Amino acid sequence: MVRLILQRLALLVPTLLGLSVLLFLWVRALPGGPATALLGERATPEAVERINSLYGFDKPLLEQYLTWIGQLLQGNFGTSTRTQVPVLEEFLDRFPATIELTLLALVFAVGIGIPLGYVAARHQGKALDHTTVVASLLGVTVPVFFLAFLLKFLFAVQLGWFPSAGRQSPSMVATHPTGFYVLDGLLTGEWDAAWDALLHLVLPAIALGSIPLAIIARITRASVIEVQSADYVRTARAKGLRPPRLRRRVVIRNAMLPVATTIGLQVGLLLSGAVLTETVFAFNGIGSFLAAAVFNLDYAVLQGFILFIAVVYALVNLAVDVSYGLIDPRMRVR
Amino acid sequence: MSPEVAATTTGSGGPDPRDGATPLLSIRDLEVTFTTQQGSATAVRGASFDVMPGETVAIVGESGSGKSTTAAAVIGLLAENGRVTGGRILFDGTDLTERGGAGIARMRGRDIGMVPQDPMSNLNPVMRVGAQIVEALEDNGVARGEEARRRTVELLEEAGLPDAQRRAAQYPHEFSGGMRQRALIAMGLSCRPRLLIADEPTSALDVTVQRTILDRLEALTAERGTAVLLITHDLGLAAERAHRIVVMYRGEVVETGPAAHLLRDPQHEYTKRLLAAAPSLASRRIEIAKHGGGARVAADDLLAVTADAPADATRAAADAVVEVEDVTKVFRIRGRGLLGRGTDFTAVDRVSFTIPRGTTTAVVGESGSGKSTVARMILALEEPTSGTIRFDGEPVGGKDRAAEVRFRRRVQPVFQDPYSSLDPLYTIYRTIEEPLRAHGYGSASRRRERVLELMDDVALSPSLLRRYPAELSGGQRQRVAIARALALDPELVVCDEAVSALDVIVQSQILHLLADLQHRKGLSYLFISHDLAVVRQIADRVCVMERGRIVEEGTVDDVFDHPQEAYTRALLDAIPGRSLDLGLRAG
Repeated sequence: MVRLILQRLALLVPTLLGLSVLLFLWVRALPGGPATALLGERATPEAVERINSLYGFDKPLLEQYLTWIGQLLQGNFGTSTRTQVPVLEEFLDRFPATIELTLLALVFAVGIGIPLGYVAARHQGKALDHTTVVASLLGVTVPVFFLAFLLKFLFAVQLGWFPSAGRQSPSMVATHPTGFYVLDGLLTGEWDAAWDALLHLVLPAIALGSIPLAIIARITRASVIEVQSADYVRTARAKGLRPPRLRRRVVIRNAMLPVATTIGLQVGLLLSGAVLTETVFAFNGIGSFLAAAVFNLDYAVLQGFILFIAVVYALVNLAVDVSYGLIDPRMRVR
Repeated sequence: MSPEVAATTTGSGGPDPRDGATPLLSIRDLEVTFTTQQGSATAVRGASFDVMPGETVAIVGESGSGKSTTAAAVIGLLAENGRVTGGRILFDGTDLTERGGAGIARMRGRDIGMVPQDPMSNLNPVMRVGAQIVEALEDNGVARGEEARRRTVELLEEAGLPDAQRRAAQYPHEFSGGMRQRALIAMGLSCRPRLLIADEPTSALDVTVQRTILDRLEALTAERGTAVLLITHDLGLAAERAHRIVVMYRGEVVETGPAAHLLRDPQHEYTKRLLAAAPSLASRRIEIAKHGGGARVAADDLLAVTADAPADATRAAADAVVEVEDVTKVFRIRGRGLLGRGTDFTAVDRVSFTIPRGTTTAVVGESGSGKSTVARMILALEEPTSGTIRFDGEPVGGKDRAAEVRFRRRVQPVFQDPYSSLDPLYTIYRTIEEPLRAHGYGSASRRRERVLELMDDVALSPSLLRRYPAELSGGQRQRVAIARALALDPELVVCDEAVSALDVIVQSQILHLLADLQHRKGLSYLFISHDLAVVRQIADRVCVMERGRIVEEGTVDDVFDHPQEAYTRALLDAIPGRSLDLGLRAG
């Protein structure tokens, strides 16, 4: 197990190096540049040149790349051309918000997707099953931003059940020792602040979690159907296992193997979906900041944030592989 | 009937349990129907038989005969689209068909136990083996907690699992097939059921393992007075293990009777065919030449002809198509931990033999004996660590691309499982045409002719050409696999357990087909098998492998009639039904 983790971490180095090259070239291939984006209509050739030389964008590409990598290795991720704040600081400032949102979306997707898929499988071919299949197909096909607008319009604007934007009501006075607003409220005993932050999370989390929910439900359904007809399930019935134990220890445990892999893959989807959702709900996380960076061609932020996200994604998948070994003894590296 | 025969067939040798007792299980006019999208199909009709307390009754038949369906109906585990549509199943006086699903569910484990067919797929892969028996004990209210764990170790020991305490804490994938089957026997008997259904309990195992497992099962059930309903396709095995035999054919019981009696004096035509096809009872090489030259073996020719004259090993030219010389294959096994050193495993150890042209050479042995590795090296799918293999005088492997293509055309494999060796998305036509296409054989119309020719060779109807593998029976699929292998007119066909997955009657048909094709086309076969009874019918020469070495080699008759090695004798003794010398093979 330790060997697996070390191997995978070692593999991460060349992966990130390759990604850094691609990322660097992609960012520079975008039309325009940070100088024109910053200056807007005031962009005279002289002003553009001044900005470019200030940030070193006039140097040869190879030199720019090596400078960037050299700084990275020293823990310096550069400075945002838009906000003039160090990239690392911007990232750490917003990362907790995105984690909170992603986690809640994941809880929503897993907490509803798995039971839904299981129930559909148990009623295979009946009305309930068909409804679930159609609904999950709908869930996969509806674009995230459309669903986000729909939810916001219906539940925030029309019904007023949930707040429509932000992470916490502006009027709420709260201390934030960790940056995770819900957790902060719980730690400091500011219950109203925690509740308020949670309410702000609900709609974005539902919008973000809907596609993973649909996918998880479908995989669970297919997996349970397959496991139900497995020989070992029949044998377990033949030896007289009672239904609760049969469900829990034989069917569900085996059916969860492909679902675990799927959940790991969904984390990537959640991180990319966060860009859209956070923008719609004016949720101050890395997603909305990244979107702003794209419009402003903020090279340092784009490069830094996407690399961070890649690391997070790789680590989550490693965690999934490790947990896979916990569920399935055959996968344990001996 | 001679008293010796009676003694060997009843196994326990005790008094006849049928005397003055009421049946434990009594099946009367049972009818089971499956509902499919095409309508309903009756899988069992009008089946009636009894099982006395403590008695072993075998249901014998080929796949699709309804034998497993009958057993599934008794234990209430029919597939979801199956239903008992008529008749009664009386267990100890109560009618199970009236008890409903929940009623039978309460009896499973405690009153009726089951040992399933395939040990590889019948244990929960994510749970420790011991825990899977503990949960059965707990759910049936036999024992709980520490007591259940102690009892589990005892049960595993009784089932013949060595080092049971440690083994109980392991997972199924750490067990061999034989060990898994012992665990399944322990599981089936854990709650002391009065009736045990054993559905082909050993057909997936090596012969020697098969024998010890069946001995153990017999001892355990005799000691507990458990009645056994044994499901098998092998009449020899049934005769050796059961008191009485029920023969099923196409959903109906065609014959029942005491085992020895039924073997001596079969009444129904189907029982006679089964007897003729049972590999465990056949004893001679199939000689097509002796029966009207190149006569085709039709697909529906169930009555296999088996020659009584010994095989003439010298009939073919003396030159060797394959020479294997001092071949060794070493595999490296990865070590434990971060810095663990790998260890070497010698799968094949200085093996030498030749395959004379136009004959069949068999390599027999148990799993892990290295026989399949030998086959893979001859097919050039694996490279020998040392030693040389020559095909038609040319060394195999390590050649240029063109030479390899030529070699592949002349040497073709037929594998064990006709279900996974055919591409499910290819029609039969495309499957057989593929090698022709790959080797650039003729025009489209010429290829079509060739495919039809091949279909005719293996006695398949041209109407199957547009079908997919899933629509064919196991025997038909294996014929397709053979046709595909023959497409390029190979000289050597390597059959790796080519008939092991088939029912006895189909097995016999395929063996006859292979013998017929050999006679007509002068093919050479390398036949890899764990089943000595099959080898006896098809091979001219045989090499017995044990732990990577050839321990005995010679003509089939020499090896079978005068085995020199203890290991060979053990293999021969393990063939079910061998003790039943009933003089069936008179001609």
